[in-house]
Amino acid sequence: MKTTYRTAVHDALRDALRADPRVLLMGEDVGRYGGTYAASKGLLDEFGPDRVRDTPLSELGFVGIGIGAALGGLRPIVEVMTVNFSLLALDQIVNTAAALRHMSGGQFSVPLVVRMATGAGRQLAAQHSHSLEPWYAHIPGIKVVAPATVEDAYGMLGPALADPDPVVIFEHVQLYNTSADIETLAPTDICSAAVRRGGTDVTVVTYGGSLPKALDAANELSLAGIDCEVVDLRVLRPLDDDTILESVRKTHRVVVVDEAWRTGSLAAEITARVAEAAFYDLDAPVARVCSAEVPMPYAKHLEEAALPQTAKIVAAVQGLFGDRS
Amino acid sequence: MTDTKLAHEFLSDMVRVRRMEEKCAELYSAAKIRGFLHLYVGEEAVAAGSLRALADDPTCRDAVVATYREHAHALLRGIPMTSIMAEMFGKQEGCSRGRGGSMHLFDASKRFYGGNAIVAGGLPLAVGIALADAMLRQKRVTACYFGDGAVAEGAFHESLNMAALWKLPVLFCCENNLYAMGTALERAQSQTDLAAKAASYRVPTLAVDGMDVEACHTAAQQGVDHVRDTGGPFFIEFRTYRFRAHSMFDPELYRDKDEVERWRERDPIRSFTERCLGDGTLTETDVSQIEDAAAAEIEAAVAFAEAGTWEDVEDLDRDVLTPEPAR
Repeated sequence: MKTTYRTAVHDALRDALRADPRVLLMGEDVGRYGGTYAASKGLLDEFGPDRVRDTPLSELGFVGIGIGAALGGLRPIVEVMTVNFSLLALDQIVNTAAALRHMSGGQFSVPLVVRMATGAGRQLAAQHSHSLEPWYAHIPGIKVVAPATVEDAYGMLGPALADPDPVVIFEHVQLYNTSADIETLAPTDICSAAVRRGGTDVTVVTYGGSLPKALDAANELSLAGIDCEVVDLRVLRPLDDDTILESVRKTHRVVVVDEAWRTGSLAAEITARVAEAAFYDLDAPVARVCSAEVPMPYAKHLEEAALPQTAKIVAAVQGLFGDRS
Repeated sequence: MTDTKLAHEFLSDMVRVRRMEEKCAELYSAAKIRGFLHLYVGEEAVAAGSLRALADDPTCRDAVVATYREHAHALLRGIPMTSIMAEMFGKQEGCSRGRGGSMHLFDASKRFYGGNAIVAGGLPLAVGIALADAMLRQKRVTACYFGDGAVAEGAFHESLNMAALWKLPVLFCCENNLYAMGTALERAQSQTDLAAKAASYRVPTLAVDGMDVEACHTAAQQGVDHVRDTGGPFFIEFRTYRFRAHSMFDPELYRDKDEVERWRERDPIRSFTERCLGDGTLTETDVSQIEDAAAAEIEAAVAFAEAGTWEDVEDLDRDVLTPEPAR
């Protein structure tokens, strides 16, 4: 049976609310509206307005309230509609949620889950198209995950809620309508990267909304005789170095695909780690496919040109095989 | 004042805070304490009067959220002076294991949620703690302290609004010392009546003389009773004044000495002492006993801090995330 990413997120929320009375979902339009991306449709009816709590448009306030509620014994899931709006809450996430355990000498953990949509591709222009995952991945004291598959859209919420520390979940807007044949949804993990396609010639490392593009590129490249291994980071902080390096040591070539801007990106971090730990295993320089360094333009052809695309990934991989392309 | 025991406690609380902080300033000059050090000198009546209105026993322990000017709140909430002093020294015997310092005093056992050095950063936190109490059916109050500077932050308005909208048990304690660091209230606010701002969110309010410990206590008791009875928020503006600089780096160019002197004439410790001696509630002996006890406590706290140990650098990345339980 086909299950969509959206349904998987919805079912994960529903099952979490059913499983633990301490869990509450709060955020803008999560209740009566059913969620901006319809991920919480129907949950208000089942769980009531206390546990599926519509908030005013006060991102800083309600993320901070989520932190306090977590300290007070609840297990809040705070939905910040999009990463763009999360900038208004960044102070509470960085200065409180991430720092509290440390600055209290280990006395207070913050078991908070923050979910937000991320990414571009819908012609929403410069203020609604960010991929700021690397900013969050920069911060000690939180965990950052990016479910890219239907399995993870369901499976990462449970472990995130069970985690004693703050976990930020990024759901890429282009993934909500993706689907997969799945028998039963089950918890996955929030500690490891995953090899989504085995291959021998080159490693493509990516996460979130770029995973389908990377897999498409791998299929295309296989026709040209290049066998790609595709690594889905899944967890952006802490990075699973072992899985990345193991793959790179096998294939000796790596392309990192990251929808964020190139400068200071996760792609930059992964490139550095590969250079530090697997430099002598490389047969070619590390290549990167990132977003162009412009605020996202509205016009469709310009937006497409700004983002990582399958064709760009194909070209970047082929660029590592001068003799074969 | 007729209640001798309470009078004794008020004076003792204020004196302990004042003398401890005077010692801190001295230790700062001696480079034993570093970083930022924000002293509460002049404002002691607020913490001494208000904290005593909160419940603090195993059956009902109210929560406290404070600011970076929180030595008084930490001490009067029951964190031992020894561990506060050790924290300021950066020793691992400190109440935050030396990871926090002056601005980040914490104690989980006292439900003392810190020491927050982002102005207004504690307000959403307090509302969240209160939300948890409300949903878990705990009849507890969360007292949230913040200064007049916080009123300019969005977090103040968002927090007041949601606390009122959702009817959550928060006692908002605004310590209005008239300056947001160096910016006078009237230079920062179009509406300088801070209680009026809270009232605009339909939160009941009181404004009280923050230099009068009894008035502070009475107001806080009224606020705590309201919060506990109704489950909804209450706002108190404590009108007070900071006698010393904002921090140890502040040359105080923004206010004139006459103004400081005028406020010093209303010193909460001196005025309360005079009142109690005048009406016979306390004797000179009581007062000197209080001073002596504070001096002894401070001496012991400094000795404890001096004798404290430095955390091993090997443990640098400790307490970033919660350790996984042993399997």
